[in-house]
Amino acid sequence: MSSAAAPTSRLVLAPELVRLGVRLLAVIAIGVALSLLSNAFLSPVNLLNVLRQAALLFFMASGLTLVVITAGLDLSIGATIGLAACLAGTAIKATDEPLLGVVIALAVGGGVGLLNGLMVSLLRLPSFIATYGMLWVLQGLTYTYMAGSTVYGFSPGFRLLGNGYLLGAPIPVLAMGLLLLIGTLFTQRSVWGQQIYAIGANPISARLSGVPVKRRLVLVYTLSGVTAGFAALVFLARLNSAEADVGGSLTLPAIAAVLIGGASLFGGVGTLTGTFVGALLLTLVLNGMNLLHIGANWQPLVTGVIIIVAVGLDLHGGRRRA
Amino acid sequence: MTALALKPRRVLRAPGLLAILAAILVGFALGARDFTTAANLTNIALQSSVLLLLALPMTFVVMTEGLDLSIGAVLSLASVVLAQVVVATGSVSLAVAAGLTVGAALGAVNGILIAFVRIPPFVATLGMLGIAQGLALIVSDGQSITGIPPSVDFVYEGRVLGAPLPILLMIAAYLLMHALLYRTRFGTYVIALGGNREALALAGVNWRVMLILVYALAGACAGFAGLLLTARLNAGHPTAGVGMEFDAIAAVALGGTSFEKGNGWLPGTLLGVLTIGVLHNGLNLLTIPSALQVCCIGLLVILIFLFEALRKETP
Repeated sequence: MSSAAAPTSRLVLAPELVRLGVRLLAVIAIGVALSLLSNAFLSPVNLLNVLRQAALLFFMASGLTLVVITAGLDLSIGATIGLAACLAGTAIKATDEPLLGVVIALAVGGGVGLLNGLMVSLLRLPSFIATYGMLWVLQGLTYTYMAGSTVYGFSPGFRLLGNGYLLGAPIPVLAMGLLLLIGTLFTQRSVWGQQIYAIGANPISARLSGVPVKRRLVLVYTLSGVTAGFAALVFLARLNSAEADVGGSLTLPAIAAVLIGGASLFGGVGTLTGTFVGALLLTLVLNGMNLLHIGANWQPLVTGVIIIVAVGLDLHGGRRRA
Repeated sequence: MTALALKPRRVLRAPGLLAILAAILVGFALGARDFTTAANLTNIALQSSVLLLLALPMTFVVMTEGLDLSIGAVLSLASVVLAQVVVATGSVSLAVAAGLTVGAALGAVNGILIAFVRIPPFVATLGMLGIAQGLALIVSDGQSITGIPPSVDFVYEGRVLGAPLPILLMIAAYLLMHALLYRTRFGTYVIALGGNREALALAGVNWRVMLILVYALAGACAGFAGLLLTARLNAGHPTAGVGMEFDAIAAVALGGTSFEKGNGWLPGTLLGVLTIGVLHNGLNLLTIPSALQVCCIGLLVILIFLFEALRKETP
């Protein structure tokens, strides 16, 4: 087992900073390349669009980062977003009460995450199997509930969440900054956050040193569900519509953002700042493909390659594990 | 060697599975009209043929403590590739060869990523899911490929000696895989890959090559399943296989193959495939929407794992 996983933030941060620097350079390089290749790239409209899209990806990927730090994976994120968006969307449409929609989306996300957490911690199911089963259960429920229909046209007040501005900055981008700040304080400066790293580095030694492993695991999966629920709200507000397959293609990019951000699937390593840079990098790539008129059909291919390359580099990029 | 297939611990699970199957059969026979007609029962077998071709090699993969999330997408890719080749050249054998090659090649890449790069199977094959799905969409430009000649349709609709061809293919595929697993040295290696990989390495077996072969086999079978599905739909479709890996994994789990330590049982997978086939068919007759069927199977899988976990807790 690696010794670098001791959960004091300073030890984790030094190599992390180097890795983060490399990723930031990659972001800048892609940015420069795109500004040369496409005139539209540097326009304020497009840059704001990139940030908004990155924010959406970051909401999903932030909770997932915590899951990955504990050496788990959550494959049900996209399906959670689908169910949360459809239930919240129909509720808002029916009652014209945006707050009710917010409560529903967060509750659906939290509830799904709680179930995932219980399956992983109490029943000790491998996380990718538990959340994979959950994916199909949720998708089945969503498709059945919507029965092929679409809800659309929400009140302008609710839509502010997706395309409103506050002090000159888009609200989703501000929310991303806030989530990044709170999340980083939580993971790096709180006891619970450090316990999450300890569980990922070595669950047995974490348990022996008094970390309530099961309760923390439940917390982590619940948080992943809640951030997915929040992402569903922003998605709903931005698209102004929801249908059953809304979340289907969102899980792969979220996983890719986390892995590009430097979190290791083997646990104990990863930061929210890294995931933020990962989300930005992936969004730049996808946005660039759009600007260069490379069809949307290429997106799953590129995302798949990125996932494999990121994990391969994690395994063989100087931090080789036994 | 046959003894492995008949090891008491595994066979003991059969009554449970058979009881589930029997209960579902009786339930549908009483509840759904036209369920017990000969035409419908043949239909169940026909519909199960694609799933069986995916679930058999999936059993091998799971026995090596792996998982293949990409076979549904690989099936889609093979389907559009072979459809395009047959439409362009008119040669069925060339098309089938192309489909099988594409499947086996992507499977081999999975194997290389897992055996040599050491990427965990579920992540490597998840990445491959994206790649294969993307390729399928790119190759077909997101459109169905029609104009498939009748010689391809024969694979699904044809009859040989009075029996539907897919059912004969199903029987042949099962016998072949059974013999491969329980009667050949390769099969013994597959069993050892999940049970005791180190012993295999110490015995001088190149386990990495064996693992690559297992995933390549899964890919090739997905390619063959793509042929059956193309013949059935009379078109190559870039998203035809979406989610099929889930039914395959469910059938393997239902059949009593353990996801840890590589305890597998091929006859169980056959029963698992039939159970899922019967479930889909019966729920269809009861006009339950297909999304809800998927939901039912998802719950069934979670229940199986729950049961398995509880059994481990109380030895």
